[in-house]
Amino acid sequence: MDLAFTPEEQKFAAEVRAFVKANLPADVRDKVKHGKHLGRDDYMRWQQALGKKGWLVYTWPVKHGGPGFTPAQRYLFENICAEEYAPGIIPFGSKMVGPVIYTFGTEEQKQTYLPAIRASTVWWCQGYSEPGSGSDLASLRTKAEKEGDHYIVNGSKTWNTMGHWADWIFCLVRTDSKGKPQEGISFLLIDMKTPGITVKPIIMADGGHEVNEVFFDNVKVPIANLVGKENEGWTCAKFLLANERLGIAAVPQSKRGVEALKDIARAEQDNGKPLIENQAFAEKIADLEIQVTALEFTELRVLSTMAHGGQPGPEVSGLKIRGSEIQQRITELTMEAVGEYAAPYLPGLLWQGTNEAPVGPEYAHLAAPRYFNTRKTTIYGGSNEIQKGIISKMVLGL
Amino acid sequence: MDLSLSDEQKQLQEGVERFVREKYTFENRKKIAASERGWLPENWAQFAELGWLAIPFSEEDGGIGFGPIGTMIVMEQFGKGLVLEPFLPTVVLGGGMIAAAGTAAQKEALLAPMIEGKKQFALAWLERQSRYNLADVSLKATKEGNGWSLSGQKGVVYNAASADDIIVLARTAGSAREEKGLTLFVVDGKAKGITRRDYPTQDAQRASEITFDKVSVGADAVLGTVDGGFPVVEDAVDRAIVALCAEATGCMDAINAATLDYIKTRKQFGVAIGKFQVLQHRMVDCFTNAQEARSMTLMASLKIEDKDAIVRHKAASGAKVQIGKSGKFCGQSAVQMHGGMGVTDELSVSHYFKRLTMIDLMFGNQQHHLTRYSNLAIAA
Repeated sequence: MDLAFTPEEQKFAAEVRAFVKANLPADVRDKVKHGKHLGRDDYMRWQQALGKKGWLVYTWPVKHGGPGFTPAQRYLFENICAEEYAPGIIPFGSKMVGPVIYTFGTEEQKQTYLPAIRASTVWWCQGYSEPGSGSDLASLRTKAEKEGDHYIVNGSKTWNTMGHWADWIFCLVRTDSKGKPQEGISFLLIDMKTPGITVKPIIMADGGHEVNEVFFDNVKVPIANLVGKENEGWTCAKFLLANERLGIAAVPQSKRGVEALKDIARAEQDNGKPLIENQAFAEKIADLEIQVTALEFTELRVLSTMAHGGQPGPEVSGLKIRGSEIQQRITELTMEAVGEYAAPYLPGLLWQGTNEAPVGPEYAHLAAPRYFNTRKTTIYGGSNEIQKGIISKMVLGL
Repeated sequence: MDLSLSDEQKQLQEGVERFVREKYTFENRKKIAASERGWLPENWAQFAELGWLAIPFSEEDGGIGFGPIGTMIVMEQFGKGLVLEPFLPTVVLGGGMIAAAGTAAQKEALLAPMIEGKKQFALAWLERQSRYNLADVSLKATKEGNGWSLSGQKGVVYNAASADDIIVLARTAGSAREEKGLTLFVVDGKAKGITRRDYPTQDAQRASEITFDKVSVGADAVLGTVDGGFPVVEDAVDRAIVALCAEATGCMDAINAATLDYIKTRKQFGVAIGKFQVLQHRMVDCFTNAQEARSMTLMASLKIEDKDAIVRHKAASGAKVQIGKSGKFCGQSAVQMHGGMGVTDELSVSHYFKRLTMIDLMFGNQQHHLTRYSNLAIAA
């Protein structure tokens, strides 16, 4: 048992850091550092740089064109990227649909889709939730009916993240209404330019446009775009969710968030002294930092198990729950640190990056929108209540 | 970086686990708790024979060099069985301080027989007014010829009645609560001038109030340097905290397993109560809490011998905060989900709950360590 990194791991860490410093565009780094909104192009420039290096799909095995990182390398890569203020990798292609395609797809599908995912030349989005199907995902009703060598898709998807920037969407659709709801679902890849698709923005509580409703009106999709077998899409759906669990804890981002919170608490005044010297507030940050450490070591334990060829144990299931709660707590304490200067709402500065002067320090106007927006983390990816249901059933046997 | 156990470490874990399974059934433990010493000499002899008393110490000190990870492995299994043998005061605290600060002669006279199972120790630091301040010591040691004379009182001294030697934190200089001017003395437990009031604790351990009335010791009784005892005791207590965290992790595993088993079998309203979502989610929270406790214990065990004192103190305090929080959550939840049975003496649940509760109080509770961590890491 050893917490220290081996010389090879240290060499790798130095290589990653040098790469990020040399290839992360300065303006993107600046936006991430100051919590500003990122556009499609910001993400794409960074992801394509990673793609050229072969690191965008850093979780993939070598045989599918990934770098085959060890768990320790994965940990180092994620942490160094966060420390250097790289934007988070958009997961829909590299972490979601890519692994589904290389696990369940045909050779032709692999040839067609994987190179563009590895290079980040195509932007993917996700079509899972529906207006009537949230936590009860299997109740989904968007229908795909066979007609010759096509499916005709009708219905709508919601909470579709960044679909207004997407080239392709992967969807769960109903291909059979008989039997158990899980048994009639299929996994379809759909080109967003196909006639009959409408994307309608949903404006969130922070005023931002991040998610959409997507409507399908007699959309013609080639049968060749079906991944896995017809009516067996639920297997793909579950695989995707399980694959997603590890990274969703967002430990490196939370470590960065706690440091940013400390900086703000040093800058803010409280009775003539830095807020961080207020014992009660300092203890709230201390408590948060301890929570992050516990989460980090839980993740490290999982990675060590995996490095020895083991499967992640029950501890992995709690990562999403605690990780999401911690992300929320960071935004809550940041807003608390800012006090009344969290009130000014400056949509131009916030969303369009205009030259409007901030009211108070620049971090102040971001605090409340972040807080409002981050309430989503305990809801998405399967709400925390759903996660507890899964652990209760799968791990505890209740 | 690799956080999995080596083959040797796994063997140790299996050995201690087997001991607990065979010797520490709930009924056996009751008998051990009620025995004269509150622990069994035959168990202690077995620990010595298996080399468990040598685990944390370096090979040059006669140990087997497993370090804090070794202590963690042993204490976690001990926690599962609520083991009563005084491993913490003797090996972790007493042995730890002698290994850290003792002279070659002291190591030979004290540590070597301890490793052989022939000596036990107790640490007397707390006084009525000390609360969690290790430096709030007023028991005085004054020069007497070549040696020293100790007078004053110590409280809640675990294992004092069984200890061959009591390691006493005394004031040799400085004012109240000053860290400088504290000295550690190794005092024969049967020395003239010592009177004890012995009692059991809430969690079936043994402790004592001790009065020292002009207890004479030689110059060679000083452990470490005169006036320089504080850092020695501070580090020893930090190591003890991490060991307690490991024990608490074992307690949480056991109490969670008992509760899970209970809610699967106990029926109300015609179904097992574990079918109710409100209990399912609470049970999940118990398991998540235990996982976090295990992670923080591991973190602290890996960092408790760091060269940087701030790193060591932060590690111990961070882990103790987590253990306080998780232990209380698992303990209270277990009792609640067991219903009335949870508050009876009859089931093991209340016994784990009591131990977890006392662990939180030992060497500083959750709030104390949150403040300490905050002062070290945030406000600094």
